[in-house]
Amino acid sequence: MDAGRQAAQEAARQLLSGDQAVALAALDAGVALGTGYPGTPSTEILESFDALGGRAQWAPNEKVALEVGLGAAFGGARVLVTMKHVGVNVAADPLFTAAYTGVSGALVLISADDPGMASSQNEQDNRRYAVAAGLPMLEPSDSQDAYDFLIAAVALSERVKLPVMMRMTTRVCHSKTLVERRGGLPPAKAPAWERDIPARVMVPGYARPAHKKLRARLAEVQKEHERSPLNLWRKGDARLGIVTHGITWEHVQEAAPGASAFRVGTSWPLPLERIRQFAASVERCLVVEEGDPVLVEQLRAAGIAVEGKPEMYRFGELSVERVKRIVAGDTSPEPPPLKATPPRLCDACPYHPVYDTLRRLDCIVAGDIGCYTLGVMEPYRAMDTCVAMGASMGVGLGLRHVLPEAQARRVVSIIGDSTFVHSGINGMVEMVYNPPSTGHVVIVLDNGTTAMTGQQEHPGTGRTLDHDATGKFSIEGFARACGLQSVDVVDPVADPGGFETLLKQRLAGGQLSLIVARRPCILAAADIRKFEKVNAEKAAAGCRTCGMSDEVAISAGLTVLDGRKGGT
Amino acid sequence: MSRVVNVVVAGLGGQGAIKASDILADAACRAGHDVKKAEIHGMSQRGGSVTSDVRFGEKVLSPMVPRGEADFLVVLDPDQVEVNRPVLRDGGLVFGPDFVDEKTLTNRKSLNVALLGALSHHLDIPEASWLEAVRAALPARLHDMNEKAFRVGRETAARAANR
Repeated sequence: MDAGRQAAQEAARQLLSGDQAVALAALDAGVALGTGYPGTPSTEILESFDALGGRAQWAPNEKVALEVGLGAAFGGARVLVTMKHVGVNVAADPLFTAAYTGVSGALVLISADDPGMASSQNEQDNRRYAVAAGLPMLEPSDSQDAYDFLIAAVALSERVKLPVMMRMTTRVCHSKTLVERRGGLPPAKAPAWERDIPARVMVPGYARPAHKKLRARLAEVQKEHERSPLNLWRKGDARLGIVTHGITWEHVQEAAPGASAFRVGTSWPLPLERIRQFAASVERCLVVEEGDPVLVEQLRAAGIAVEGKPEMYRFGELSVERVKRIVAGDTSPEPPPLKATPPRLCDACPYHPVYDTLRRLDCIVAGDIGCYTLGVMEPYRAMDTCVAMGASMGVGLGLRHVLPEAQARRVVSIIGDSTFVHSGINGMVEMVYNPPSTGHVVIVLDNGTTAMTGQQEHPGTGRTLDHDATGKFSIEGFARACGLQSVDVVDPVADPGGFETLLKQRLAGGQLSLIVARRPCILAAADIRKFEKVNAEKAAAGCRTCGMSDEVAISAGLTVLDGRKGGT
Repeated sequence: MSRVVNVVVAGLGGQGAIKASDILADAACRAGHDVKKAEIHGMSQRGGSVTSDVRFGEKVLSPMVPRGEADFLVVLDPDQVEVNRPVLRDGGLVFGPDFVDEKTLTNRKSLNVALLGALSHHLDIPEASWLEAVRAALPARLHDMNEKAFRVGRETAARAANR
């Protein structure tokens, strides 16, 4: 290779995480809008897309993100929607019917799964969603794949007029590997409304034929997948053939370098005939897959005789060592993981006085998902349930409904600001509609950011994904509008004693009450001040990007002051 | 095919383990190697333990260093040295936080870069690639301090090797 060409190639290859590679591909694929809700390991996709100049925005939750994306794709745009695996549960309602409606432009949904639960509450395997909803799914193995597959997914979606899912896992999202920027798509048609009522209005009379049309489209996709270059067949020793997918492909190549191997890139619909040929070409056909036995079940249902992994390898991530054990059929106990130091609340976290109070008052705490879940750790152990985003609200109410009165009066729901906006809102409506006889106390821990995932903005901060001023959702304003009998806003660090006195009063009061414990995240505070300063300067210079009147902005600020004077 | 070099960087959240592995991976990339880097982050931001794997050579497959196959272990926190020792192969080298005399650093925050300097003595990556990677990863106001830290580490390792 001549020096000039080599230099050009060196310049073209970049060391990128899978998330960054998806963002770069979205740019090169002409994605007009990226939307999602922050969730490890997916968060960096939209942040990177924004940094590259793409239009990216955070939605209040994954369902809204998918619906906004769907509308944009109905309008003819190419759209990227990102979320972590459990976020797809939230978005599942529109997702299943979007398979029937299809799209005019393109819609790719990234499901970032977390086998091993590095930062999640479960390790569900979202390959199941592709089967259940009836949507094509692609699965990259490294960052180059993430780049190539995203472009392929946009093209596929636009061609077959269906949303396409791309499943990534923590190791693919967060590992960095070399990426060559190669390709892109021709520009999309300009968005324009085309009325197609039978395709877009899913009343039963239109949905019945739409379901049949979906299955016919999927049959076409399966034919494409049989020929797809995203599936790789590595010819090797005929005594052992391994069918694998995702990051596990990399482990397999290292753990069984001589074996024949088939990497499934088009995870659904599966290229069954190619895999049938592969299986027939080897003596022993072993499926090495991370998570649930999704491939094994489908291959066996298609009459392909394959060997699965022992049940112990369903749990956690796979690795080179574990793949070696699976190949050897080794089910002896594995060496214990290296001892890790668990995370904890930052020393200067504003939530310390809240958890200290909850512990001393012996509250029964229905908790939620965010940094503040760490209140379950020593020394507080001040969280009794944590299930799903927003679940603290309903779980707290359910406990209040059935527990003996003395216990019911100790129940508190505790939820972060971003989590409240995500799906605590519905629980607050339930609280007003079906109030427990002992009343209820909700504490919103408002640190002014989505802290756990790395300090993202949300509707309650009044700033967009890239920190520009925009409309601001008021948590206490919403509670008042719901008709809560008592709403207080306090700073738990400035006056821990006052917080304790207030909580005691509210627990004894028997009313429906909200306490917003407001103090910026210690890690985000300096940035928040900087964003506020920049935005104030922009406003003073006459920038009206947010389209909000000063009056609204001021009243949002005033609600805080009102609360500090003792609430309503 | 040249052997893949395996490095594990370990520490606690906020000590710069991820930054160090980013610099190492970038330097290896600049030197023309295939590179992969893997870590788990998220909850670890909150003071929990962090480890990051960097592998480079002609062709790297899995991004994760198998236990017992690390050639080098770089550790930023004294309590994390023994915990992570099982990642090393027989004869693998450890660069713990006490490898470099803290007093020779302008700021303890550049310990991560100093330990990379020590590591650099043992790796097939030109010094220029290292310094480019350090500068690319840090704001300009920190360049001098970190380049100095890098050299302190590199010289310490050279002296240790000559003894």
